[in-house]
Amino acid sequence: MKPSRFDATVLALCFAFLYAPIVILIVYSFNASRLVTVWGGFSLNWYKVMWSNQGLMDAAWITARVGVISATLGTVLGTLAALALVRFGRFPGRMLFSGMIYAPLVMPEVITGLSLLLLFVALGVDRGFWTVTIAHTTFTMCYVAIVVQSRLLTFDRSLEEAALDLGCPPVKTFFRITLPLILPAVLAGWMLAFSLSLDDLVIASFTTGPGATTLPIKIYSQVRLGVTPEINAICTILIALVTLGVIAASISTKRAELRRIRDEHLAVRNAT
Amino acid sequence: MAKTLGPVKRKFSPWMDPAAEPFIRFENITKRFGTFTAVDNLTLDIYEREFFSLLGPSGCGKTTLMRMLAGFEEPTEGRILLQGKDISNVPPYKRPTNMMFQSYALFPHMTVEKNIAFGLEQDKLSKGEIAGRVEEMLKLVKLEQFAKRKPNQLSGGQRQRVALARSLAKRPKVLLLDEPLGALDKKLREETQFELMDIQHSLGLTFLIVTHDQEEAMTVSDRIAVMDKGVIVQVATPAEIYEAPNSRYVADFIGDINIVEAAVKETRSALGAPGLVELDSKGLSLAVEQECAAVRGDTVAFAIRPEKVRISADPPLDRSVNAVHGEVWDIGYLGDFSVFIVKLEDGRVMRAAQANVSRLVDRPITFGDMVWLTWPVEAGLVLTR
Amino acid sequence: MAASSDTAPKTNAKTTGDDGGHSAGLSRWLVVAIPYLWLAIFFVAPFLIIFKISLSDTAIAIPPYTPVFEGFGAIGDFVSQLDFENYVFLTDDPLYIEAYISSLKIALVSTVLLLIVGYPMALAMARASSTIRPTLVMLVILPFWTSFLIRVYAWIGILKPDGLLTLLLHAIGLMGPDDQVQIFRTDTAVYIGMVYSYLPFMVLPLYSALEKMDHSLIEAANDLGCPPWKAFWKITFPLSLPGVIAGSMICFIPITGEFVIPDLLGGADTLMIGKTLWTEFFGNRDWPLASAVAVVLLVLLVVPIMVFQNQQKKVA
Repeated sequence: MKPSRFDATVLALCFAFLYAPIVILIVYSFNASRLVTVWGGFSLNWYKVMWSNQGLMDAAWITARVGVISATLGTVLGTLAALALVRFGRFPGRMLFSGMIYAPLVMPEVITGLSLLLLFVALGVDRGFWTVTIAHTTFTMCYVAIVVQSRLLTFDRSLEEAALDLGCPPVKTFFRITLPLILPAVLAGWMLAFSLSLDDLVIASFTTGPGATTLPIKIYSQVRLGVTPEINAICTILIALVTLGVIAASISTKRAELRRIRDEHLAVRNAT
Repeated sequence: MAKTLGPVKRKFSPWMDPAAEPFIRFENITKRFGTFTAVDNLTLDIYEREFFSLLGPSGCGKTTLMRMLAGFEEPTEGRILLQGKDISNVPPYKRPTNMMFQSYALFPHMTVEKNIAFGLEQDKLSKGEIAGRVEEMLKLVKLEQFAKRKPNQLSGGQRQRVALARSLAKRPKVLLLDEPLGALDKKLREETQFELMDIQHSLGLTFLIVTHDQEEAMTVSDRIAVMDKGVIVQVATPAEIYEAPNSRYVADFIGDINIVEAAVKETRSALGAPGLVELDSKGLSLAVEQECAAVRGDTVAFAIRPEKVRISADPPLDRSVNAVHGEVWDIGYLGDFSVFIVKLEDGRVMRAAQANVSRLVDRPITFGDMVWLTWPVEAGLVLTR
Repeated sequence: MAASSDTAPKTNAKTTGDDGGHSAGLSRWLVVAIPYLWLAIFFVAPFLIIFKISLSDTAIAIPPYTPVFEGFGAIGDFVSQLDFENYVFLTDDPLYIEAYISSLKIALVSTVLLLIVGYPMALAMARASSTIRPTLVMLVILPFWTSFLIRVYAWIGILKPDGLLTLLLHAIGLMGPDDQVQIFRTDTAVYIGMVYSYLPFMVLPLYSALEKMDHSLIEAANDLGCPPWKAFWKITFPLSLPGVIAGSMICFIPITGEFVIPDLLGGADTLMIGKTLWTEFFGNRDWPLASAVAVVLLVLLVVPIMVFQNQQKKVA
């Protein structure tokens, strides 16, 4: 269809709306002035301040660890859940199972957070690093399950049947055939899980304990006191990290796509 | 024309020998998916070195039957015997059968070589042995120079060959082929049919092929089982299936045929005793010479293949042949053949095919001509089912 | 002969078959059981606990509630001690009822606003040339990957009375130099925050519904004499309804319980149940009441969640 002027305008306005606040935030992290509204020239001062803020750095380190561990656990559990959903047809309690996968995606975080906290209290678990990690694993695994599930739905099952037919037992077939082929989706699931864990404020606030203050909790407590250029600086770094990750991932998919197209051309040439 | 011809085929008909042990036996096999019965109490014997086809429309249960032999589906009832052993409980990765998948199912992350070696690796063969066997297979399917390619760097025909090589590499007792040529274009398909037959013949393997393409089944098979709604309607050689179908279903499914309802007027035939059967089809008198269990008054079908009907502007001289009179309604020119659609006096339509033996452009018979359609008594068929 | 040669290999085949079937069955079982158990313990069990605690008395201990149910021998005690006072309290105090109504209202208005903004955007994306579509999708997803908190925080600097919006309006002369934008800490700011934060969640399901639509349908409609705007209402919109429902549910449900946006952008009079729950819990340390608030919120959201699940099942 012809690109209409109306469509172009809509897209321009919407993307401006989506990106302007982020761009402004990034720009003002380089502001020499402490006043947010006054541009006092370019400066990296706030990055230095941020770097020497031990509390902030500790929180960042905890967040990174929680993120890596919960994303990894969540990816394993989510991949298993996706396999169960796509591959095992009917099993007792399947309805409940798929409900448990979809519900956390939309469940208000205050409910998830509060209920998990009460579970930990009921079990007599000391709250801290591991309770946050478990909480994050629980909600990120559902996102991973959705991502991997959509890949498995388009997966040609005859590939697995061919492996079985050639004498490869089921578990080995999973590791030699299925997993290598769904790996991009599994990795995408991991990245999503990691970034969700990195972002989460509400669930972490409920399930954390002494000595396990994550970065969003730290940022939140400072934000309540007002906008500071130091927070702008750490936010900018977080945005930069995530953006680089997403761009790197999309470039590698693009490369794979190009390779596929090249291969197909080669195949066509062969045929003639 | 084929570049190289395989060894001359010998007459091969173990199914005629009452002492022959079947290689594969499906014994009262039923397969239900929920309330749907895909295969219904089916019994079938397949012999060693046979090239056997399961033929039928989609949904007739032929693929389910093959998948049960491969081990991907479990029969709801019945047993599957391979060389006399019940294999019903053997998982697919322990069965001595290999399958060539309709989609080829080549592992996209492995090279051609790795794909072919995959099954051999599962058997824990030595590296040298595997390499030797892979080379042999690549040679067999003429893909030596493509060993290091990935499947998506190959054309459709090449992929088909890799799939064939991979499924043959383990020297299976039975090779299962699920619509093996369905994805190829017509010309390549015909070539490959003959190659498949050569390979089957030279390796001395038993091939079971599932197809909905009747021409393919006719070309490659020793025997064909025509399936419909989970049951086998007829098992016979291609020639028998075509010339002596046992039912309206088979007659209609294979090739082109005229079929009309008729009542038995007089019969001098019984089962095992050929004789003349006289029929009445809405006032048309028809005669067929065959063995037939129908008795006087039975409603049967009369069938005749268009190529067995002679078309002529003149009435027949020989009174013993069947003859009907009608008007040429339409002519379909098919190159090698022309099909005449003739509207009979009672309004029914009959087709007659005539080989175009000369490059005659102005054919003697044309639209609107009144013509006689004639055929001898041994050309038609009485179908009681 | 047939009998003896038949039996031996058959038993053989049988054992190997069972063996293989067993290990495959075990791994199959584990694949289902591991995530199932995890979710049962960390997602379902907490709801039962929250329900139980909502029925207990507040105590000034840690944990700040009096356990109602100790051990399975005490089922009789449990029933006799069951205590709906937290729920009675919720209905007695108009603050809570107003907070629920206000949350649902804000969620509803936000969802409608999101549809109004998101639909044209998704449509424009779906109609863009196929070469730039992946880039557009990535541009929509990218903010979703960046922190929610940061994105909400970014609006504070813009909407503050002495923030960038005021500055901009001064600069272009739409506002006198002494006036200030009075949006920050109002419901308007909350709506802006909601639309901003949830826009990707609305656009993506809409886009995927619109994108997979066969364009020849519109051409067929045009060909049959239907003008473009009418074709939109008769063809495009009805076919995109699954996306509309999915997007609306994905936004409506979490917005109802939203905490960060009303807390950071809303005013003291912005009533939202997520904020109320947070205050009950962290401020007043009344865990049973917070649990009762959560249970009622959950009950309110059961229907939308069911709708969402059905939709997802249809897609999958």
